[in-house]
Amino acid sequence: MLHPKNSHLMFLTRKVEFSASHVCANPAWDEAQNRRVYGANANPNGHGHNFVLEVTVSGQPDSVTGMVFDLRELKEILNREVVEPMDHRFLNREVAPFDRVVPTTENLVIEIWKRIDPAIRGEGVRLHNVRLYETADLFVDYGGEA
Amino acid sequence: MRLTRRYRFAAAHRLDSPALSPEENRRLYGKCNNPFGHGHDYVLEISVEGRVQPDGMLVDREALDQLVESQVLRRLNHKDLNRDVPELVGVPTTENLAQLIEGLLQENWTLVPRLARIRIAETERNTFELEAVA
Repeated sequence: MLHPKNSHLMFLTRKVEFSASHVCANPAWDEAQNRRVYGANANPNGHGHNFVLEVTVSGQPDSVTGMVFDLRELKEILNREVVEPMDHRFLNREVAPFDRVVPTTENLVIEIWKRIDPAIRGEGVRLHNVRLYETADLFVDYGGEA
Repeated sequence: MRLTRRYRFAAAHRLDSPALSPEENRRLYGKCNNPFGHGHDYVLEISVEGRVQPDGMLVDREALDQLVESQVLRRLNHKDLNRDVPELVGVPTTENLAQLIEGLLQENWTLVPRLARIRIAETERNTFELEAVA
């Protein structure tokens, strides 16, 4: 039996992967300055990563379904908003707004947050954290703060 | 926003408290009290917190790497924590190691974002984590 009074706030995380290439460079700067700021990431022809995305949703288990959020729906949101548009793409050339915003991992998590947050809906349900691994040794966490 | 970078170092230690008798040390620390010491491949995660700068980054990765390399990895990598690291006060547990790393980084911190969190995995099964003092 599920007692509504014992319904705890929980965090549910789903992981997806996508591979994409990018160049981290400011078009207003010359190549030397871009190399100073972004290092090898500024190589004009780009390079790729196997990005790993972990999306965490918070909420209380629904008294009828026993779920915080429908995992199938979350999977569809992540596929529609992130994987389909970004997987096997050159971010700077094919995925807005990265034609004008430098696609650092920081700017990527902000964009991913903007894309999926409106779709995470339900009573007491909210998008809690977006974590994006650029490599196993570097990741960024974002909670939607300004 | 937080950015986390992962580093690795190998070091030896022996857990033995001068405040306890040899028998008490053996009982408390078990195998970790072996007189000749033992080692681990530590995995260290450093998290920084702040705002994205106009260049699209929270932190200059190279500056962070250099700070961790000069203050932490150079001091600890392939060292005996009991003998080679005089800054490490007390028993060289991973708890004390995490606090030492926080102090070393805070004292020499010149980066824009603040130090937010230190996490050390002593093995894949034992992990220690602290939130840095703001």
